[in-house]
Amino acid sequence: MSDGVRRALLLVGLLGFAALFVWGVGGLPPAGEYKGPYGTMLNVSAGAERHVTDVVTAVNFDYRGADTMGEEFILFTSVLGAAVLLKHEEKKKESGEKEGTGDDESGEGPPDSEAMRAAALGLVGLIVTFGLYVVLHGQLTPGGGFQGGVLLATVPLMVYLAGDPKRFLRIAPEALVETAEAVGAATYVLIGAWALVKGGVFLQNVLPLGPSEAKVTSGGTIPAINFATGVEVAGGFVLLLTLFLQQMLDRAREKR
Amino acid sequence: MMTGDAPLIQVLQIAILLFVAAMALGVVLTRDPTSQAIAVSFHGVLLGVMFFLFQSPDVALSQIAVGAVALPLMILLALARIRKDEAKQEKREASTEERAP
Repeated sequence: MSDGVRRALLLVGLLGFAALFVWGVGGLPPAGEYKGPYGTMLNVSAGAERHVTDVVTAVNFDYRGADTMGEEFILFTSVLGAAVLLKHEEKKKESGEKEGTGDDESGEGPPDSEAMRAAALGLVGLIVTFGLYVVLHGQLTPGGGFQGGVLLATVPLMVYLAGDPKRFLRIAPEALVETAEAVGAATYVLIGAWALVKGGVFLQNVLPLGPSEAKVTSGGTIPAINFATGVEVAGGFVLLLTLFLQQMLDRAREKR
Repeated sequence: MMTGDAPLIQVLQIAILLFVAAMALGVVLTRDPTSQAIAVSFHGVLLGVMFFLFQSPDVALSQIAVGAVALPLMILLALARIRKDEAKQEKREASTEERAP
């Protein structure tokens, strides 16, 4: 294909896209205006129906049903895929040529910086507290299992950045991390299936709703699923970290 | 939405939209992958602020957790891994060249 033809093709595509784009934007309602019935209905009724104050979380983990479970499994599957790829690479290296030990290790460990160490150590406690807060208050304030899970997953990273791969392994051993990811994902499905046992539909909110003034224990299955999601997300991200930092961690494991 | 004199929130919304657009351009124009990971992280923070100003604190929190922390982190880790593999490859090639003659 010559440059001319290529440009002509691009032009046709661009013009087509521009036309569709202008047409689409022309049909949008003005910014900030909402016409759908469901949002308005839920804003009025969700608080009393589910004893929650954050309607977004109520929609995500209750009214919407299996959608959020699908999202969680997107994460689960991508972590699994990355794990398969990276582990395969490890195996190939082991069975293939034996790399000389000790000669290619320069610059591989965590950075050696007092400032980094102090900042990372100072942040650990804060992040643990805030991460747990975000996971546990999903049904009350913005946040939930996904966001809190990512926050919690940065804790072992902070420990690693503080220059201590050994402690990374002590607070987040690979077996525990893998188990957490699997158990978190399975718990989500099991809570959904529990509704079937109780004679409802999948993921129906069948647990007692708790105090009506919206406390941490309010919301029935919403906080339960949120917690499971938090465990799954944190486990998944830490597993990714472990896989990426594997060689440095292996070295720490040998030294132990 | 309010009419008449633009209320503060609208001024802020327009300002953050401009910032996000400028930062997006900045991310694209940053050519070094490592710097780009940092740039994309800042862009993630700005997007989080944008969602917040458009009254979506839930989305803002997800955006900050994923867009400003997790995504750049994964990019940096992947880059570090690629570099390490490249360095090993080069070392191997260099050593075979030495042996060759």
